[in-house]
Amino acid sequence: MNIHEIQNEIIEEFAIFDEWMDKYEYLIELGNSLPVIDETHKTASNLIKGCQSQVWLDAELQDGKIQFSADSDAIITKGVVALLIRVMTNRSPQEVMYADLFFIDKIGLSANLSPTRSNGLVSMIKQMKMYGMAFDAKMKQEL
Amino acid sequence: MDTIRADFPILHQKVYDKPYVYLDNGATTQKPKVVIEAVKNFYEQTNSNIHRGVHLLSEKSTEQYEQARSMVAEFIHANSTNEIIFTKGTTDSINLVAFSFGEKYIVANDEIIVSEMEHHSNIVPWQMLCERKQAKLKVLPFDDNGELCIEKLDELITKRTKLIAVTHVSNSLGTVNPIAEIVKIAHAKGVKVLVDGAQAIQHTAIDVQALDCDFYVFSGHKIYAETGIGVLYGKEKLLNEMPPYQGGGDMIKEVTFEKTTYSDLPLKFEAGTNNYVAAISLGEAINYVQAIGIETIAAHENKLVQYASHKLGTIDGLRIYGTATNKVSVISFLVDNIHHYDMGMMLDKMGIAVRTGSHCTQPVMAHFDITGTVRASFAFYNTKEEIDRLYDGIIRIKKIFA
Repeated sequence: MNIHEIQNEIIEEFAIFDEWMDKYEYLIELGNSLPVIDETHKTASNLIKGCQSQVWLDAELQDGKIQFSADSDAIITKGVVALLIRVMTNRSPQEVMYADLFFIDKIGLSANLSPTRSNGLVSMIKQMKMYGMAFDAKMKQEL
Repeated sequence: MDTIRADFPILHQKVYDKPYVYLDNGATTQKPKVVIEAVKNFYEQTNSNIHRGVHLLSEKSTEQYEQARSMVAEFIHANSTNEIIFTKGTTDSINLVAFSFGEKYIVANDEIIVSEMEHHSNIVPWQMLCERKQAKLKVLPFDDNGELCIEKLDELITKRTKLIAVTHVSNSLGTVNPIAEIVKIAHAKGVKVLVDGAQAIQHTAIDVQALDCDFYVFSGHKIYAETGIGVLYGKEKLLNEMPPYQGGGDMIKEVTFEKTTYSDLPLKFEAGTNNYVAAISLGEAINYVQAIGIETIAAHENKLVQYASHKLGTIDGLRIYGTATNKVSVISFLVDNIHHYDMGMMLDKMGIAVRTGSHCTQPVMAHFDITGTVRASFAFYNTKEEIDRLYDGIIRIKKIFA
């Protein structure tokens, strides 16, 4: 599935919830199912500090694809992080760089992304794209 | 109480299809109809810039603005209206003192004391002053109940100590600090005291002469007035000695390119067009509060905080931060391992507004080794039923996380 298709899949999954609490319960489930980030990657340089919650993000380039791993101290944030990873991981740097993340708004979570919430998610998306740019530059150099 | 709730239009709405429970009064208070109406009427009938025009409406504006100043002076028992400076808010008031008091009295190696429970607004301006003057910032700690270690104050004060900046009521713990006692200890050694009253002014009667503090600061929006207006109370002698903070219109007597002379108090510290409409709204709000009676308000709020402490205290795994004997209107808590942000987001969807995070008091969070808390803060229009709603919400969230 490409980035577009996988986002549509998520939007469909969320369409069944009409209660906010059900949506949150699902996000908690997703948060809990997120593979635990290697503790050695929870470094200060990988920490994206928000005023409300914190996110750790690590990325590695394997066979031309970026593998993201992440964590958060707040479980709802972690649920959104899990969704972002599902969309963005195992993609080429170019795909990550130019990703149009429309699903967050469509599933009603854009309030989680407003800068004033400062939960680290906005910075996380920026950081993901920065990794995309960095790995893209690195791959071009190696060519 | 029903009649009082009727005074606040915003409380009678639904959010996410649920009756709105507003428990974020520490951040800002809602406005009674009389305040909203007064602002509307002012713009429709009176608006003109203050202290300038010779025309009728400008005179009326000025009169109402100065009347608001008199009401503030009376409300906090100042000696005269010369001691009441209108500012943008608490933060602005503190910055004014940090600059003007600092310019006059602080030199290299002097010391300023703040408490460990201060809002960032009562830390950062002093840090900036210390950097500017190569002075030193010292900290008066609090204990695990959230009470200041007053017994340590005496030894903390040295010959170089010039000022103590301390909050009257902690915004994250609810502690009411013994200001009169602190002032007594400080004054015995010739040290001035600035009191941050942002979380006290709306909950308790303030008498600056009884407290004998040198400066007392607060914001209008925390006591049912509009945003954008604050008050700096200062003893007249000190304010007279301090240089102006900002230059501009209203604060001058005469301007030539060679030399400018400044206005007398209080205008000396009010450069530019102040938010006079908000100042007038503050007068209205004080009127409203006085009609109900600050003692009546305090008694009701005290019942609420007692009820909430008891009721929330019965929840297994709930820890309350700030258990001082003397506290008002704030309950900071965490439940089990649930992150404050998750709790706040979920309560929001149940129609309950609380604040989460560090509440601009990161040193307080560091004291307890936590990243933040959930804070419910009450006003006199809150009810026991709303606290029950909060309780039910927490129980429901606990189950989701179980």
